Amino acid sequence: MRNLFSAGLAVALATTPLAAAADTASDIQALRQEMEAIRANYEQRLQVLEQRLKAAEAAAQATAASVAAAPPAPVGPATGTGGGANAFNPEISLILSGLYTRTSRDPANYSLSGFHLPQAAEAGPGTRGFSLSESELGFSASIDPWLRGSAAISIAPDNTVSVEEAFVQTTGLGNGLTLKAGRFFSGIGYLNEQHAHTWDFVDAPLAYQAFLGNQFGDDGLQLRWLAPTDLFLELGAELGRGRPFPGGDDSRNGAGAAALYGHVGGDLGTSSSWRAGLSALNAKATDQTLVFSSAPGSAITNSFSGSTRVWVADFVYKWAPNGNATRTNFKLQGEYLRSRRAGALVADVEGAATAGGYLATQSGWYLQGVYQFMPRWRVGLRTERLDSGTTGFDANPALFDSAGYKPHKNTLMLDFNPSEFSRMRLQLARDYSRNGLPDNQLFLQYQMSLGAHGAHGF
Amino acid sequence: MLNLKTFAAAFLLVPLALMAAPAHAALRVFACEPEWAALSQELGGDLVQVSSATTALQDPHQIQAKPSLIAAVRNADLVVCTGAELEIGWLPRLLQQSGNSKVQPGLPGNLAAADFVRKLEVPTVLDRSQGDVHAAGNPHIQTDPRNIAVVAPVLAARMQQLDAANATQYAQRQASFSQRWQHSMGRWAAQAAPLKGASVVSQHKAFAYLYDWLGLKEIAVLEPKPGIEPTPSHLQEVLATLKAQPARMVIYAAYQDPRASEWLSANSHLPAVRLPFTVGGSDAAKDLFGLFDDTVARLTAAAAPK
Repeated sequence: MRNLFSAGLAVALATTPLAAAADTASDIQALRQEMEAIRANYEQRLQVLEQRLKAAEAAAQATAASVAAAPPAPVGPATGTGGGANAFNPEISLILSGLYTRTSRDPANYSLSGFHLPQAAEAGPGTRGFSLSESELGFSASIDPWLRGSAAISIAPDNTVSVEEAFVQTTGLGNGLTLKAGRFFSGIGYLNEQHAHTWDFVDAPLAYQAFLGNQFGDDGLQLRWLAPTDLFLELGAELGRGRPFPGGDDSRNGAGAAALYGHVGGDLGTSSSWRAGLSALNAKATDQTLVFSSAPGSAITNSFSGSTRVWVADFVYKWAPNGNATRTNFKLQGEYLRSRRAGALVADVEGAATAGGYLATQSGWYLQGVYQFMPRWRVGLRTERLDSGTTGFDANPALFDSAGYKPHKNTLMLDFNPSEFSRMRLQLARDYSRNGLPDNQLFLQYQMSLGAHGAHGF
Repeated sequence: MLNLKTFAAAFLLVPLALMAAPAHAALRVFACEPEWAALSQELGGDLVQVSSATTALQDPHQIQAKPSLIAAVRNADLVVCTGAELEIGWLPRLLQQSGNSKVQPGLPGNLAAADFVRKLEVPTVLDRSQGDVHAAGNPHIQTDPRNIAVVAPVLAARMQQLDAANATQYAQRQASFSQRWQHSMGRWAAQAAPLKGASVVSQHKAFAYLYDWLGLKEIAVLEPKPGIEPTPSHLQEVLATLKAQPARMVIYAAYQDPRASEWLSANSHLPAVRLPFTVGGSDAAKDLFGLFDDTVARLTAAAAPK
């Protein structure tokens, strides 16, 4: 830079008319001295300028480093790098699950003594040997700023595909309100709303099998309201078709099923949290085919028309030291279900076909605890009991009398979770569903979650 | 036996009774992690009512969408979280169940701090065989005070937007905070200068931003893959690495099980340093200033020649 400047100066001087100045040597000498002075002056000024520039550069670097090695990114997550049409694909998840089952009694003649079960019930331990449990494909995404959609497609081991859930849900109603429409698991009870792959045991409790056909998921509408309080208080109401048991999937203009429920919950210090609830489900059925067995080998097929009301009281309590569940944690949950079915029944439709009035009040409960005793390992115990209660059939009072038999079952579970996305489980159960014929059951199961990281409920 | 009519009547009466509850004046902030709660408190002072979903002793990856949190999101005016998928296992559920239309993603009432900072360790390959990787990069941005400095004006601007009546006060508080923060950052940098270039071992990849700030070198991690518990065989490998490439200390966060770090410390004679990781992670980390005072103090104490 300095050289360039001197050169420029020389050129400028050279082009200046110098003829007059070249007269004497002294004049030349004077000029030289003058030039030297000018050069020295400019060099000094240049040095000052360079120093100032260096200082400014250093300051700029220092500011950049201290304020942020981080230029503010554009607002909004810039993770959808690919762009294009696929960037809007929904979150996709896939659940893979397989099972090995060993039972001491043939599951084909499973029955819940003293209880009416729907004909195609998924009750009991299922099939023996190796089998694929349900594979579930999940999709969910925002539809627009006000709605969100979600679907869970279930593929059964017999290659049948079913829509487990498919609903749209509001996100923009505000005031604690959420409206859902479509097919969804009802918010009644605690376990009902959870997908099978999040259960702590391989199978649903007996009370769910007897009174809710395993899990109650209907087609309809759901409105939930969350109170503006520090205590969690949620109220929900549902209207639906009454597609699954205890509903009859009838063609009618009105609703075939309706549910009301309330849940409260909160924390106890930093280590514990809880939720409790009370729910009521009403369902109608016309000519619903049911199978009844008072004792093994005595199944009769009946047809029921009438209404059903199921009450569910539920609670769950979770504990983890300081609320950090990574190392150890404990979960205690229990539910009590009470079902009342009233209407008309045609008993033994394939034989005598006796018609009469029918009124049955039955109940059941389960209590289970699951303890993670070290990272990755959990052990669980479930105990449950059903009460066949009173089953009044005025045409033949003795027909549905199971002499007060109370099916019960104890289940022990051990699972190993290599990561958040995989689980292997061993489950042992002694099942007294069949009057007088206890069944020893062993399950080995794996459950894997692929794709989008799902957010699980409490 | 409970009567359905009474039950249904309660459904109508409870909301009416609760509607009469007095409205809150303050801006209600729901922070996912304690550092954002602390920053909201610094910037909002008496104008805000802040709650934190987690404590410094909890693993922010592994939180459940518990009822108390749903209720807190329901009542929030502003949700401030880290983002970058840190809360992916629970925050979406809270937002869905809250029925709160003000704090849904993309709205002014929802702020993800990681959207505003440069992220480190952004994976080039997304595959769960690499453990619980975060597509957006390492989410533990709060371990570098320069990131706090970047987020503060963004958060203050949100508070001004949501509570326009008090905008001047938020601006004043932010200016004051940023000035004190810049001053403190200079002090921390000077105190931590001797640490520059030191090799360290981490239990979880939780400190990428801290290392970037102080010029520390992470030569090994005790978790074989992010989010996978340390295994004995992997710990042996780390021990072997240390023979060839010595380190100065092994670092773990307050919420983590210290056993893996303690094992390595006992077998390699490296000091195990428990860092607060966030506000509340140690007695001294009472606020954001205390967090970095204590972090720098613990690191320099461990590195000091004995």
